[in-house]
Amino acid sequence: MSLGPSSVPALWRFARLDFDPVRQQRVLLYPEGVVLLNATGGAILDLCDGRRSIADIAAVLQERYRCDVTSDVIDYLSGLIERELVRVE
Amino acid sequence: MSSNHPTTLLAEITHRCPLHCPYCSNPLAMVGTRDELPTADWKRVLTQARELGVLQLGLSGGEPLVRGDVEELAAHAHQLGLYTTLVTSGVGLTRARATRLRDAGLEHIQVSFQDSDTATADEVAGMSAVPQKLAAAALVRELGFAFSVNVVLHRANLGRVGDIINLAAELGADRLELANTQYYGWALENRRALMPTPAQVAAADTIVEEAMRRHKGRMQIVYVLPDYHEQYPKPCYGGWGRFYLVVMPDGRTLPCHGATHITTLEFDSVRDRSLRWIWEESGAFQAFRGDEWMKEPCRSCSRKTIDFGGCRCQAFALTGDATNTDPVCTLTPLRALIDSAVQEASGPPSFQYRYLTLEPIADERAPGRG
Repeated sequence: MSLGPSSVPALWRFARLDFDPVRQQRVLLYPEGVVLLNATGGAILDLCDGRRSIADIAAVLQERYRCDVTSDVIDYLSGLIERELVRVE
Repeated sequence: MSSNHPTTLLAEITHRCPLHCPYCSNPLAMVGTRDELPTADWKRVLTQARELGVLQLGLSGGEPLVRGDVEELAAHAHQLGLYTTLVTSGVGLTRARATRLRDAGLEHIQVSFQDSDTATADEVAGMSAVPQKLAAAALVRELGFAFSVNVVLHRANLGRVGDIINLAAELGADRLELANTQYYGWALENRRALMPTPAQVAAADTIVEEAMRRHKGRMQIVYVLPDYHEQYPKPCYGGWGRFYLVVMPDGRTLPCHGATHITTLEFDSVRDRSLRWIWEESGAFQAFRGDEWMKEPCRSCSRKTIDFGGCRCQAFALTGDATNTDPVCTLTPLRALIDSAVQEASGPPSFQYRYLTLEPIADERAPGRG
């Protein structure tokens, strides 16, 4: 499946985002696994709600970071889709 | 000293289990009921684990459901923010208990299956547990837990790996862990009976790879390779004392669940020490951190940051020296130990079953009697 601006990503239903006060870091938790997130990763995943498209997500982040991040969002989510932690409708 | 936070705690809350699988990962000398940590101690351990950075908790055993406090521990773990997995045979997972566990915030349940073929499954488990396992699987699915099936693979079932994958898919598993037997403790005792042939391993590789593609997006298949048939050893839990710790039923704390087999190490207990002290200061956890302990060929090997010299428990079990290279590695002459074990694999399996055998306790008997 090719990932493009109109794709609508959502977290796997058994994965959840959390903040770890020990590491002072956002984390993605799922069965038998942990991803320690950087600030950008956390910001992208916060917006993966199964309703917003990648274009919508990039638009929100563009507002925040003042640059076009569409390809960064696609690159980042591709890795998590490969690991089946993010699913695309 | 460690700069790492551990991510994962395996809490082996009991060694009691109704099943008798001949590849059980529990030690040969198990912990009896009266030596098990009470509920309050386990809750303290979970709190300390979270403070140390642990994010993933496995409630395991033995069969954890033989204890009546799994629900209370799961609730405590949930309040701490841990992502908790119950690792169960399925025996004892009634609707009432499963419902209480869901209400407690438990997120993930792994149910073990021995085989897709009931007769062989019964033979391996040493009992007939399949109907209870099927009922447990249906409950886990119905109540909305993340649902994993785990199956240990060996010579008697590896030829049916395709059927086993189909069984897990029919049960509606979200994840399937196919773990080739690792040879410690009970499995090492039974190695000749469990060891697959190279032809079986090659055939299974093809079947599993194809199934991974076919089930992608619906059922995630995790395949733990049979390390005796590999060229290089496995990086045990990402390196000794880096991410993982195990607390045994009596509170002794290990860098991996097989570590008690290294008889030259002493393991501190959460009865006497904080989990943080054990993680940061104890001799056992420091023993094989970094690469100072390594000998050649590991010390000058570029793979030492990939596999950390392999498994310390396996090095000790097969060579008597835990600082040796894991004999699985083809860069060491110790590899001959592995090759000869693989060649011994033949004939119908005859198992030595796991029973709760405790270390003999000398003062058990009152003086002057018996």
